[in-house]
Formats: sequence, C-alpha cells, structure tokens
Amino acid sequence: MRKGNTPLLIFILILFAFCVWVILPGSDIFGRDEFKLGLDLKGGSHLVYSIDLTKKDPAQTDADVIESVKLKIERRVNAYGVTEPIVQTIRNERGSFVLVQLPGVTDIDEAIKLIGQTAELDFREITLGEDGEPVLDEEGNPQWVIAKAKGSDGQERELTGKYLKPNAQVVLTPQTNEPEVAFEWNTEGAILFEQITQRNLQKPLGIFLDDQLISAPTVQAVIKEKGVITGVKLDEARTLAIQLNSGSLDVPLTVVERRDIGATLGEDSLRKSLMAGIIGSAMVIIFMIAYYRFSGFVACLALLVFVALNLAIFKLLPVVLTLPGIAGFIVSIGMGVDGNVLVAERLKEELRRGRTLGAAVEEGFRQSWSAILDANVTVFIACAVLYWLGNTFGNFLVIGFATTLFIGTALSMFTQVVVTRTFMRTFVGLGVAKSPGAYGVLKQ
Amino acid sequence: MIDLVGKRLWFFLISAIVIIPGIISLAVFGLKPGVDFSSGTAMTLSFDKGVELSQLRQELTDLGYDRAVVQPAGEEEFFIRLPEISAEENTRLKEGLETGLDAKLTISSLYSVSPVVAAGTVRNTIIAIVVASVGILLYISWAFRKMPNPIRWGTCAVIALVHDLVVVIAVFSILGWVAGVEVDALFVTGVLAVVGVSVNNIVVVFDRIRENVKRGVSRDFEVTANCGITESLGRSLNTGLATLFVIVALYLLGGTTTHNLVLALLIGIATGIYSSLCIAGQLLVVWEKGNWGRISSLRKQVETSA
Repeated sequence: MRKGNTPLLIFILILFAFCVWVILPGSDIFGRDEFKLGLDLKGGSHLVYSIDLTKKDPAQTDADVIESVKLKIERRVNAYGVTEPIVQTIRNERGSFVLVQLPGVTDIDEAIKLIGQTAELDFREITLGEDGEPVLDEEGNPQWVIAKAKGSDGQERELTGKYLKPNAQVVLTPQTNEPEVAFEWNTEGAILFEQITQRNLQKPLGIFLDDQLISAPTVQAVIKEKGVITGVKLDEARTLAIQLNSGSLDVPLTVVERRDIGATLGEDSLRKSLMAGIIGSAMVIIFMIAYYRFSGFVACLALLVFVALNLAIFKLLPVVLTLPGIAGFIVSIGMGVDGNVLVAERLKEELRRGRTLGAAVEEGFRQSWSAILDANVTVFIACAVLYWLGNTFGNFLVIGFATTLFIGTALSMFTQVVVTRTFMRTFVGLGVAKSPGAYGVLKQ
Repeated sequence: MIDLVGKRLWFFLISAIVIIPGIISLAVFGLKPGVDFSSGTAMTLSFDKGVELSQLRQELTDLGYDRAVVQPAGEEEFFIRLPEISAEENTRLKEGLETGLDAKLTISSLYSVSPVVAAGTVRNTIIAIVVASVGILLYISWAFRKMPNPIRWGTCAVIALVHDLVVVIAVFSILGWVAGVEVDALFVTGVLAVVGVSVNNIVVVFDRIRENVKRGVSRDFEVTANCGITESLGRSLNTGLATLFVIVALYLLGGTTTHNLVLALLIGIATGIYSSLCIAGQLLVVWEKGNWGRISSLRKQVETSA
C-alpha cells in the first residue's frame, strides 16, 4: 500500500462517522438538532415591502428610516407570535425594501396589514363654529382637527401615538364582553391628554388610526394617564395593540412581492423530492456498478461519503433547505459521479494498454485531474452568478439552488479525487479485485 | 474508430432543423412570462368539494376579475392568474368565492409580484446570463492558454453553449403556446445551471483534444480532434446518463414547484451531451481547416487527409 494512504483512510472514515453522527436526529451538536427548512417546505409567507423614502421626514437620513422600519417590523412580528421569522432590508437601484418571512402563519392577509400599516394614532376634536355647533363638511360630517395642547416646555404639541407607553393591551369590558385596547400615556402624553379632555368634557373625542376614525367616545371626565379604545373587533384590537406598542412606521410601506405556501403543500413537496432523490441515486448506483464493476462499487462508497458530508454541512452551517435547494443537491449527486466516470474510463484505458493495476489507478487519477478541475470551475461560475441574481431579487428559491449546487460540486471534487483514490489504493493494496475484468475491461 | 468529425455537416444540419423552428417560435410567440417577469398574482385554490370550471369563471367575473386566467389543476384545485391584488382584495376575493360557490376555500399557494419588482427581474436576468457567458469564455480561454489559439477554443465552447441555451429557450417557447408553460425565476435558474453544466461537458472533450494535440496524435487536426472526441464518448455518455437519471426522477416524482427548473436542466443537459460530442470540437475543426465537411463520401475524405 502507498505510504500515507492508511492515515488518510482513517481520517476519511472518522470524518464519515462524524458526519453520520451529525445527521442523525437528536445529536444537537452546536445546538443544531434539525435541518433548517425553507419557507416553501414548512409553509408560511414571504413578503417584500417597498419603503417609500420620499415620504420621510427630511431631518432623518435614509439609513435611519430603514433601520427604524426594520426594528418596528421586528417588534410587530415578534409580538404576533411567529417562530423563527426573518426580517431583512434590501437596498438596490430600484429602491429600499424590507423582506419578511413568516413561517407557519395561516391568516396571512391579517399579518400583512399588521406589519405594513403605518399605524399612526392620533386624537382629534370637532371644530366648533361661532354658534357653538360643529362645523360640517360637504357630506354633513363633523370636521375633525388633531387635538393640540401645551407640552411640559410650553410648546404646542399634537396628541399622537408617540406619547403612548409600549404596554397597550386587549381587554374585554366586563359588562358587555366587548374587546377594547387599554393604553397608558407617558408623562408628556398625560400632560397633553389632561388639557384636551378638560376642554372637551361632554364632547366627542375622535380616535384616528391612519386618518380613519375608529371610535369617537364622549369625554366623561378629565383623564390623565390612561384610556381605552373601543369599537374594534377582537382581531383588530389585537393588531392595534401590537402596532401601538411597536410604534408607528415613519414612512408608508407597500407589498411588492408576496409568496404564500400552504403547510401541507410544503410537506407533500418535501416527501416527493426525497423520493425522487432516493430513486435517482439508486439508479445511478445500479448503473455505475453494472457498467464499471469494481470502480463503480468504489465510486458508490465515495458517493455515500459525499452524501453524508453534504447533509452534515447542510445541518452545521446551516443551509436553509428549499425545494430547488434539494433539487440542486440531487443534481450534484448525478453530476458528482462525473469524476468517477472520468477516472474509471482512464483506468480501463490504462489497463487495456497493459499497465499493472496499481500503476493504472495512479495514472487514471493523475490524468483525469485537469478535466475534473476545469469542468467544475465552470459550474462554480454559474453558481456564483445565480447566487448574485437570487440576492438581487431576494428570491430564496434561486439562492437555495445555487448554494446546494455549489456545495455539492465543491465536495464532489474532494470525494471524487481524494476519497475514491484512497479507497481504490486501499483495495488494490489489500489485493481485492485483481482481474481487469473487475474494472469492466473486456478480454481480448 | 467512429468518425464523428467527418460527419460534422450532418450534425450542423440536425441542429439547424431543431433550432430554426425554435427561433421562429421565439420570434413569433416569444416566451410566456410568469408572474416574476410580468407582475400580477398567481394562486392555487383548493375547494373542499368539486367546483365547475365555468362556475368559478362566472364567480370571478361577478367579483370584478373578468381578466382572470383560470386553469383546472386536479379535481378540486384550480390555478388562477390575476392582475396584482392587495391583501384586502385577497380577503374579499376569498370570502366572495366561498359564498358564491358555497364551498370552503383554501389558498394553498399564492405568488404576487408588483410591476416595480418584475421590471428589475428582467434586467438582472439578462445581466446574469451575459456575465456568466463572459466569465466562462474568459475561463476557457485561460484554461486553454497553452494552445495555439486559445480564443478559438473559448469561442467554439461559447457557440456550443449558446446552441444549448437556444434549444432550451426555444422548447420553452413552443411549450408556452402549446401547453401554457410559463417562464419564471426558476426557469432562469435552470438556464444558468445549464450554462455551467453544458460547458463542463465541452471542457472535458476539449481537454482530451488538447491532450492529443500535446501528444502529437496526428499532424491533421481533424484526426486529432476526432480521436479526442471518440475517446471522450464513453465518459460523456455515461456521466450524462447518470445525471439524466436523477433529473428524470426529479422531473417525474419531484413535485410541481421545481418543474420548470428541472425541465430546463433536462433539455439543457441532453442537448449539452449532443453539442459537446457533435458540435463543439467540430466547430474547432471548421475554424482550423476552413472546411465545413461534406454530406457524402466521408470515409474517402478522412483517408485522404490522414
């Protein structure tokens, strides 16, 4: 046996055992106990909101606005109770976007409203004419103006949601069981609210969310610290409470891309892809052994190491597995035997030329290397471009495919060359499969 | 030895027979753009009981979506395409259909893209394909830098590559008007993967020709090239077969999400095997010798040149 082959063989076997241990469920190495599945496999919603920076306060920088929007969306998503949400910002020449992934959310329409609504809350009073009666607009509705009062520093301030403490919650009125949102003012808010309730005693005070009137209760007493918003349905109350606590967004958002996947659809797709992978791999194994005999058998052993390494890396990095990602991995299994085919073909040629088995093995690997390298580099170039493309769209499906195809191709270079060669040398050294016929060379 | 180079004119003709109608289809019908490229909303509706296609169409018209495209997808499932709709409109649509058709509706998948995003996608896709092709041309020219004319090798590889891409895109164009197949971001992914894989095959063949040039197999480049191609035959067909096994399995069993991606790969890889054996090296010979080959009396030609 060649010098240095045994340590390499031991290393490969240990690596293989380690990978198998990583893959097995329950081995929560580095806190990774499960494969990370993408949204298309576990179901949920992928949303891209466009941030309208033209509406921002000129005093703020673009970066500040985007950061604040992201932070508030994160708060809203977390309060909504989504497990493992993703909130990312994307900036490119088309504008600024927030990408939000909500795994497992079922009422997506409601979630979209929750996240994307500006949720600017304010309190308004009715303008009174000289006769003391409310001024009406053309449609006969009273005219509401935002209630202002003097703040602690004597400046006139509008009473809006920004003076709320972030502890609004949904409560049910004891008598009627109607939902309402209970809120508390901070110190400044309390100063403003006291003056406003004072001057609007026995008059209606309008509560507006994004310029829409929610309710207009009549002020019964002078209030300082707290209040309630009535006239909302239960799910609206829940959304409103979350929005008040997260703070209103500084600029309006619009949904520009939305992808929902039902959970059952994801499960079904996962099962189908795995089945396709198993059947495809089985065909490759049968073909390789039938055609290349012993070389094919060794290639299949190397394939086993390849699959184990791949899966272990998917779990450890972790790679977010998507359907196209799994397809990329399966395609790399098919393409991954390319190196083995190249080597096995060379081996046959060298044996036909009358070389000894040991020499033919060495020559086969030496001669094939340049083709293996060149051929894989082109796949890397394509993967790199795809990865860039996927990132510019924020398309996780494209990224998923590029990632797994890249990892698969890189690893297959290692297994095709190093692992297969080590196994081959070991078997040759042990004197297994000596006849050229075992390598698919026909007797002349 | 099989004479694959002498028959080159035949191979060029076969390719032309496939490519020309494909290009005509592309010019006349183009590709059918999916939501990614044209914007709009696509969704899969699953009802809890059988619903007539005509009923669903009527309901959609009544709800104001008279431009909706409706396709049945299984017994209680439909695939519909609408102009882009908002979350509020979606809720209203769902409730409207449920009352109108008296059936419970689950939207099992929904994909909605606004025109802003769609426009950028088209642009970036074109950039990506150009960048990938240029990158590969540069790499091959570099890999074959020790050959007398590295640019020729690179150019021939890229022509063979473009050949494969045209076949893939043309087939999708034909499928577009025959079977309503739309192209989406995953189709583009498939096309770009074909770029990588197809060149992979060409590189292996070129590598073998290069080796034969170094070894000085023959003074005639045509013979040298043919040697290289026939020696790669076993490898190209077998690797191709192994790859096609898994891809066909994925196509038949892998579910609908990745259909476009896998179909593009399937067509691209099959074409790639053909073009690496029958087009790429042959083009190199045409360039070196300035001779397109002949339809008949091939054997004589090889004998005289050998």
